[in-house]
Formats: sequence, C-alpha cells, structure tokens
Amino acid sequence: MATATFRIWRGDAKGGAFQDYATEVSEGMVVLDAVHQIQAQQAQDLAVRWNCKAGKCGSCSAEINGLPGLMCMTRLNQLPLDKPVTVEPMHSFPPVRDLVTDVSWNYEVKKRIKKFKPRKPDAPDGTWRMQQADVDRVQEFRKCIECYLCQDVCHVLREHNKHEEFIGPRFYVYTAALEMHPLDVEDRVSELRHDYGIGYCNITTCCRQVCPENITITENAIIPLKERVVDRFYDPLTRLFRVFTGK
Amino acid sequence: MAAEYKTYTYDVLVVGAGGAGLRAAIEAASAGVKVGVVCKSLLGKAHTVMAEGGVAAALANVDDRDSWRVHFADTMRGGQYLNNWRMAELHAKEAPDRVRELEAWGALFDRTSDGRILQRNFGGHRYPRLAHVGDRTGLEMIRTLQDHGIHSGMEVHMECTVLTLLLDAGRIAGAFGYDREKGHFILWRAKAVVLATGGIGRAFQVSSNSWEYTGDGHALAYRAGAELKDMEFVQFHPTGMVWPPSVRGILVTEGVRGEGGVLRNSEGRRFMFDDIPDNYKNQTADNEEEGWRYTQGDKNARRPPELLTRDHVARCINREVKAGRGSPHGGVFLDIAWIKERLPNAAEHIKKKLPSMYHQFKQLADIDITQVPMEVGPTTHYMMGGVSVDGDTQMSTVPGLFAAGEVAAGLHGANRLGGNSLSDLLVFGKRAGEYAAEFARKNGTAAINDAQAEGAARAALEPFDRGAQGESPFAIQHELQERMQALVGIVREESEMRQALEVVAGLRKRAANAGITGNRQYNGGWHAAMDLDNLLDVSEAITLAAIERKESRGAQFRDDFPGKSDEWAKWNLIVKRGGGGEMQIERRAVAEVPAELKQVIEEMK
Repeated sequence: MATATFRIWRGDAKGGAFQDYATEVSEGMVVLDAVHQIQAQQAQDLAVRWNCKAGKCGSCSAEINGLPGLMCMTRLNQLPLDKPVTVEPMHSFPPVRDLVTDVSWNYEVKKRIKKFKPRKPDAPDGTWRMQQADVDRVQEFRKCIECYLCQDVCHVLREHNKHEEFIGPRFYVYTAALEMHPLDVEDRVSELRHDYGIGYCNITTCCRQVCPENITITENAIIPLKERVVDRFYDPLTRLFRVFTGK
Repeated sequence: MAAEYKTYTYDVLVVGAGGAGLRAAIEAASAGVKVGVVCKSLLGKAHTVMAEGGVAAALANVDDRDSWRVHFADTMRGGQYLNNWRMAELHAKEAPDRVRELEAWGALFDRTSDGRILQRNFGGHRYPRLAHVGDRTGLEMIRTLQDHGIHSGMEVHMECTVLTLLLDAGRIAGAFGYDREKGHFILWRAKAVVLATGGIGRAFQVSSNSWEYTGDGHALAYRAGAELKDMEFVQFHPTGMVWPPSVRGILVTEGVRGEGGVLRNSEGRRFMFDDIPDNYKNQTADNEEEGWRYTQGDKNARRPPELLTRDHVARCINREVKAGRGSPHGGVFLDIAWIKERLPNAAEHIKKKLPSMYHQFKQLADIDITQVPMEVGPTTHYMMGGVSVDGDTQMSTVPGLFAAGEVAAGLHGANRLGGNSLSDLLVFGKRAGEYAAEFARKNGTAAINDAQAEGAARAALEPFDRGAQGESPFAIQHELQERMQALVGIVREESEMRQALEVVAGLRKRAANAGITGNRQYNGGWHAAMDLDNLLDVSEAITLAAIERKESRGAQFRDDFPGKSDEWAKWNLIVKRGGGGEMQIERRAVAEVPAELKQVIEEMK
C-alpha cells in the first residue's frame, strides 16, 4: 500500500505550526479518511470537526493545499501525493484547536436577519399554492449546507475583517432565499444596504467558485439583491420622487 | 477535589438538536417555559440533514384515496404489529398538520402541477405519500426548524455532550455533561428533560449514521432507570454504497427505487420478483411493466417488489451476495440509468429528481448514475428500539424524562417504513415538547445531587490519568463495531450472539482501561473514550433482546428460527437495569389494538 504525507496544522488561539504525518492510503480515500486514520493511530487528540462524511452537513470545512473545501468530499486521487498534502483550518474564523475554528459569528449573524413572514394562506384550509417554477430559484439557495467556505474565501471577511458590518455570502444567499420566497412578505432591502453591508461585495465570485453545492451565489443571489438596493436607494427618479413626497 | 462546572437552569432541557429535538424545543418555548438545547455538534448538522427521501404524511395531494387510516394500517403492517398502536394512530392523524406547519415556517417542498405539496412513492406506503425536496428533504426540514427555532427564545449549547442524567428521588433533575470546544464541564438543572439523541448506528461497522450516533440517549435513559423496548430491531437499509471502501455504508436513497430504479444480480436478474411475502402479494406488481407504470404514477398499477419493506429487501440482497450472485465489490446492482429506454432526456430527469445521489456517486466513486448501475448493499441505518414512552405524552418510565424521535421506541414496531422517521420527529417532537413544558409547569425544581455530578466528572477524566499507558479508545470502538457487524448483524444466530455478549464483556474491561493524551480542548480521543460506555450498553441490550426473541420478524432475522411465530407476536421485549446494575430482559404483552382500529387494519389488508 502507498504512503502519503499530510502536513496538518496543529495549534490553538495562541498559535501553532504544521506537523507532518505519514499514513497509508488506499483506493477511494478522501482527506477526512486520512485525518481520521492519523487521529486513530498517531494523534488521538487531533481536533477535527465532522459529522456525516457524505457532503451533506458542511462540518468538515478546511483548506487543503491552500484551497477551501470539504475534507469528506476531497478525494486523494485528485491531489498530488508525491509531496505533502497540507491541511489547515479556515482562515476567516478564530482558531479553536488544530482543524477546528470558532464559527459562532455565523450563528449570531443569522439571528439578525429578519425571519420568514408568509402572506395569508391562499386556501380556506390554511394552505398555499405555489408553482414549481417559482420555487426552483429559492430551492437552489436552500441547498446550502452552511459549511461557511464562502465566508472563508470572501476577502471582505478574510483580508479586511469586516465581520461587524458585512454578513458575507452565506447570509446573502440566506437573505435572497427569504426575499425571493414566493410566500414571504417581509422587506429586508434597507437592512441589506445599511446593516448587512452588501455594498462591500465587489462580485469577485470567489464564493461561488468554492461552493460545494454549486450554488450560483454571485449571479443568482448577490447581484439580484444589489439590484433591489439600487432600485430602492439609487434610482434617480425614485430619489427625485422622494424629495417631493418626503418618503 | 471538587470538579469545576458551570451551571445553567431551565424549565425544559432538550438533549439533541435534530428534527425531534428542535421541534420539541420550539413547542416547549411556545408554551412559555425556559428552554435549553444541548447539541452534540454545531446547530443544523444533526443526522436529520442526511434524510433524503421525504416525510410521510397522508396529505392526499397526489392520490385522493390516501387518508390517515391507510397510513396507520401501512405503518402497523410494516412494523409487523409490534407497534405501539396509539403512536401509530397519532402519527398518521397528525403528520399532515405537522408538514403543513413546516410550510408556514418557510419550507419549500416540491410542487404538484396545481401548486400543492408533491408526494412520492416509497417502500411499504400504499399511495404516494412522501412530501419531499428532491433528495434532500432532511436538510430542508432541519434548516426550517433551525431558522424558525432561533427566533423562539431557546438557548442552544453547541458542541456539548451529556454524560449522565441527574435524578432526585427517581425524578429527573437535570443533566451533567461537557463542552467539547473548551473541555469544560456543565451542569444543566431542568424540571423536565427531553431526549432526542437519535440512534445507535455507530455500534456497527457498516453504517449510514454520523459519528454522533453512539446510542447516548438510549444509554443515558437506561442508566437512569428507564425501560428500553424493542432493542432487537435494528434496521439495515438495503441500499448503502459499497465501493470504494472509505464510503462503504453511505446511504443511497430509497427514492432511487421510487423513481424507477431496479435491483439486479450479477446475472442481470431482477431477483426481487422471486420472493414476495404473502402479506404483500396483493399490493405488489408481478411483472416489470406494471412496476414501471407504478413508478410513473399509474394509479391502477401495483408497486414493484423493489419497494417492499426495507427488512425484506435487505435480506434479499444479502441472500444474492451470499449465493455468489453479487456485484464485484460484494453488493448488487441498483440501476436507474435503464430508464433511458423509457424516457426522453432520462439523464436530465435523474439529475433533477436525484441530485445528491448523482453528485455523491460522481464525486466519491467516479460513477455517473445516469449511465451505469450503482453497486449497493445493506447498511446499518435506523434503530426501531429505544426508550419506552407513553404514546400520548412521550414520557418514559422516569418521571420528567421524555424521549422523541429515533431514541424513542414504539411507532415503528419491528420495522420502520421509509419516510415515517421524518414525520415521527415532527409529530412526537411536538408532543414531547408540549408535555415536557406541562410537566415543568406542574412540578417544582428538583434537588441536584452534587455527588452524582462529581462522580461523573471524575469518571470522565480517568482516561487522562492512564494517558499513553491505557489502550486507544479508537481501537476498542473499531473492534466493537467489527464484532457487532459480524455477530449481531443482518442474519443472526444464537451461538454467535452469545459470543457477542462475551465480546462486549471483554471490551467493557478494556474500555475501563482506555487512555488518552493531550488536553481537554476538542480532544477526539477523549470524546471517543466517553462514548464507549454508551456503545457497549446499547450493544449488550441489542444482543440480549435479539437472543431472547426466538423468531424472525421485521428487522430481526434468525437463521436458527427463520419463521414468524404466533406466540412471539404477543410480546415486546423490555430491557432495564436490575438492582445490582446488571442488564435484565423481560417480556411485556403487546397492548391490544382497540376494535375500531383493528377494523381499519382489516379493511386495508
């Protein structure tokens, strides 16, 4: 059986370093298998967050050879094994230990976004009618597994640390899912501009490129939301109208 | 030295944040009591996300012949009549409202052409009954509950694990556990506790379950003196991935067969036609053409034998493999690609209906399921057995301790129908939350026994004392999984199971000598060491019950007792802790079904 070397970041909030582990690899293995094998055989206390190992829960996000991805869906045969495979935690969130980061900020952000508010039911029995075509677009956004890889790669968070003013691609997708939900009657456009910081996004599409669910984040979620903000706040006719009506 | 721990106080503490836990927490919070949720992983990552096919509810949107009566009868037939009839009744009656409620909270199910919730066929359900979202229904459900729940006032303790339940004179008083991110201990005081910890799949080697499924709630309840029921019934899902080795066990949704996928052996034969149980003969197609028409919505056609109940399909696959008619890697072939003979744009159709399956095989096995068959085999999937509860309130035999979802027993009897799990979570999650809140309002705060918390903390830290001198907890866990799979798996036999009891006893001694290194922060080895007791307790309970039931029924197949026995149809098996700490097993008569429900069952036969 072949052996490969994994260069894994070990450390905590105070700092850390890469450490090399050689382990046996076999057909079909993914990075998470190798990490587990190393944990079971060489480094019991290696911290790694994972759940389903099937690409459905979005827990095992990491940076593999510098690229953000899910460890459970990155196969070793897609990586050059003649040199060490580096595995490190996401950079946009504070390290907890080893491969685990503190992603609690994301949970706080979500709470700030106005919740779903449906229109009155369409039928006397309290149910609604929606066409599949109207549902399709939002279903794309609802595929999100909250792995936060899009947040990890977004330079507004990663390089500029705008965590206070900017909610990040995941939560534009979340907001888009609410705003475009056929039943939703809430209005989040003002918040998008003032509280959610959508203006910071300069549509570099990095988020869309790392999404393991292939959600077209930039084109289908963020740009339409930006258009709503522009329509509301920057359209010259609307502005003029506002001057006269005082609205 | 006294252990240090933080204390939180709630009216209702929910342990587990999958579908059942979140639904319970939402209900309890809406009743106005203070609710805490302990969540073994991050919020929204629980095993519910992996449910694919759909949620069963007799909405009758696609076939207006459906009703709660048919759903009830299907569930009882699937469970081989060992079900708690009251739970089966409530479940069938209340599931439609619970599904519609999700829509009011933002869930977006696939639609019928007239804009209502679409429903699909599934094994053991007479009519198309599963509301779904492609093949990611569980994700839709958990996200809907999560996003609704975070605005309901519940407090969530993420990445925390309960190590023991605290009692006050036999009544629940709270729970003691630890926070994985920091490694600190926590004591939660609570007037009522709802267990919603899911299943036990990690006691077996080949499993569709995530790492969390170590039988925590089963073991916690058992050690707190609650009765467990139906522990012999472990569901092996017929279709898990078998190749490559690292993905063995990952689920392949029954939806593949619902959409027209067929099972074939190495000779190309659709072997499911060769073995159709008598009680399903009337409802099952006897030729391929009729089966195909059924999957395409022909109301006059009967379902193909691939959609028989999971226990039966899993055994048929097992038989083909053992007879040397399996696929190259020890499974059989599941073919959805063949529908290109029947449908234009079949490849696009498959990708639309089964997107995650397409993705999963493409990415993990380099296989394009729109072009070639998949290789599949049975995988440990679901625990029918669990905490014995009152059908209406979901309270266990310990006052103030409730259980809902997979950790509770009763609804599914000897075998669960696909789709009945997601509806179970909603119906009984809600009920558990409602009655736990009521219990909390009617009962004052119980006293905390500090010594019990101290003892749990001390025991939890012991593996550190043994350090590198002790045995690796991973090695012990792997051996248990391997032995349980081999000895108490899909086909069982007394002498092997007796061996399994010895294995468990031996591993208990080794677990008491497990050692770990490093510090307490997010230490995978430490966590594995603490999971061992739970895995060993449920393994022993499963094995004891499986030995005791000397017949084959539902998910339990005994090579030495291959037939169903009329005598055993009268009994459920109860596992509980004896006065000396030993595990006891006893028969309990199956509760008699009331006459009007008996009549429903008869009418639907």
